[in-house]
Amino acid sequence: MALIELRGVSKIYHLGGEEIRALDNVDLDINGGEFISIIGPSGSGKSTLMHILGCLDSPTKGSFKLDGTEIATASARELARIRNQKIGFVFQFFNLLPKLNVLQNVELPMVYAGCGARERRERAMDALRLVEMDNRAKHRPMQLSGGQQQRAAIARALVNSPKIVFADEPTGNLDSHTGETILKLFHELSRQGRTIMLVTHDPEIAAVTPRKIEIRDGKIAKNVDAKLSGQHDGPKFAVGAQVQETA
Amino acid sequence: MNLINAILVGLKEIWANKFRSLLTMLGIILGVSSLVAMSALVKGMENGMKAALIAIGGLEKVRVEDQDIPIWQQHMADQAVGTTMNDVHSLLHSAPLITMVVPEMRTRNVTMTRGSKSISPWNFIGTWPNAVELNQHVVEHGRIFNEVDDENARNVCVIGTAIRDALFGSPEQVGRDIIPVGEFININQQRFKIIGMFEHYESEQDKKARELMKDKPPEVRTGPERAKGYGSKGGSKGSMSGGFVYDLKNNTVYIPLNTMWLRFRAATVSASSSSGNYSRGSSGTSSGSGSGSTSEFLPDPRLSTLSIKVANIDQMDEALQQAKNVLMHSHKGIEDFSFRTQENWSEDIGTAIRNYRMSGGIIAAISLLVGGIGIMNIMLASITERVREIGIRKAIGATFFDVFTQILVESVVIAIIGGVSGLFTSTMLVELLIKLSPTGNTPVITMESMVLAFGFSVAVGVLAGLFPAFKAAKLNPIQALRYE
Repeated sequence: MALIELRGVSKIYHLGGEEIRALDNVDLDINGGEFISIIGPSGSGKSTLMHILGCLDSPTKGSFKLDGTEIATASARELARIRNQKIGFVFQFFNLLPKLNVLQNVELPMVYAGCGARERRERAMDALRLVEMDNRAKHRPMQLSGGQQQRAAIARALVNSPKIVFADEPTGNLDSHTGETILKLFHELSRQGRTIMLVTHDPEIAAVTPRKIEIRDGKIAKNVDAKLSGQHDGPKFAVGAQVQETA
Repeated sequence: MNLINAILVGLKEIWANKFRSLLTMLGIILGVSSLVAMSALVKGMENGMKAALIAIGGLEKVRVEDQDIPIWQQHMADQAVGTTMNDVHSLLHSAPLITMVVPEMRTRNVTMTRGSKSISPWNFIGTWPNAVELNQHVVEHGRIFNEVDDENARNVCVIGTAIRDALFGSPEQVGRDIIPVGEFININQQRFKIIGMFEHYESEQDKKARELMKDKPPEVRTGPERAKGYGSKGGSKGSMSGGFVYDLKNNTVYIPLNTMWLRFRAATVSASSSSGNYSRGSSGTSSGSGSGSTSEFLPDPRLSTLSIKVANIDQMDEALQQAKNVLMHSHKGIEDFSFRTQENWSEDIGTAIRNYRMSGGIIAAISLLVGGIGIMNIMLASITERVREIGIRKAIGATFFDVFTQILVESVVIAIIGGVSGLFTSTMLVELLIKLSPTGNTPVITMESMVLAFGFSVAVGVLAGLFPAFKAAKLNPIQALRYE
């Protein structure tokens, strides 16, 4: 069974009497351990798709099963629990709480999960070690570079051992070199068996992932899996011809 | 997220915005301290008023006064004898709910003289020694007259300090406390020996004012000495605190009942039979015509008033009924007497205190409310500032309840810290009030008022936090994350 199953999912907004279909009848399966990118120009519906997949939003129509649980009809409280336990987020603007230090930021999901102080500390330090940020645990986010902040944010996303990690333009606010190291980190995490989904408008970044899903006008325009078609044999950090064609 | 965590997060947030939190708390601090200080002031006033009530004999004291004979008994008017010693003995024998009976004979138009000085005392009373106990007098120097003095109708008197001040000089004028025990004075040209003197009665306010005057250097007078016109400068004020009660008590002379009866009643009846009987005042219907012929030979036996003490204040009604039954019997069924208690005064005090407390409480409550509005205002500003933070918290798994609790706890913690500091400030405020007005009734901080003020501040904190907490918890995480 797939980790994520979308069947006929639509998200419809009403703006001034006009019906806007941000997502239109989307079917999608994602298996555990996949490294996927969702690409598409702004307004294509990729953010909406990520919000629904990330349980931040509920679809208007259709069925969405995450890890076998139906999400479309879940209550806000259940969604909060699922976000806490099964989903990790990495944002473009890092979104660390400025008043807390790195360690406290990473501990935060476990605070809402109700873990004890010692367990929180140990697991947070483990997560920070994974992203090589354990020596910055007591720093405030403002004292760190962008790349370091994003590493801390990734540690926070991983700390509750989620089923899937969503990264929304994770390199959008970083210079290209730092961005590349972050992408390498994601690749490394993927190799360890984690399910990761990158959301980006940049085909260069999407080229890193074996599977690429392109969204246009609320529909899946392309769903290419390099592993299945044998075109992808490892991470590429250069622009591939095939990707350019899709952009 | 458990409660301890939520409180820690709240404290951290308050600490992160120290100055803003302090300003917010100030509203609560002032509200709580004004509520406590107001209640302390009212309590002080209440104590002052109650002290005056006790000084006049307390609630247990009831006076039996003469009353006009009711219309349906007018035909028996010549049988009415008024209040006499008969009633005293009857009450003592037959009314167990009455613990003390004190007969009083008063005479007005009395002049006491010593050398060239003279005074007309406000209370010139012939009575029994137990009047000292009933009227809460304290004989500070000498002694009260006893049964032998009464039996022999001796010319002895016990005076209040106001009489001493007039005839011998007050401590303020003379510079020392004159104790005139053993001295002789004239009362209506009769020689009386002073055998005792009461202590100086004064309210707490006057006492403090007097002590303050003592410490101060005397005022420097400029220009030639002159009278500065009329006015009450330096005089005691007869306000709600009941200063007049103390003046009245100081202006008292007690002599034995028999002395009064024989020396003054006998003398005055012959001297003023034409002007009627003063001891009866306006109720002259029975005395006017009926007693005319006999009164020239025997002094008027009627008492001016009869004071009784009720054994138990809770049995006031029963005791009065008992006294009434006894008195109706000894008055041959003629109801020419009535009872006067201090209940009205006590009720007046209760009403006044309730009113003070109400108006002061409302003002203090309004200031607490304003403090609460301040909290709500700052919490709303704070959540607007933290929309993004709330979005992040929700994205990583905070539920509605988690965010709601966080904001509410913050608001309540501000209120609690404000409330506790308000309680500390209130004690300082009360100290300040005592310094500012040293002659006022000492404010008394009560535990109830502190508990009430603190409870109120916490309630205000909860109420002020509800709306911002709801608003924050309702935020949509997607929009909150996009918020700049």
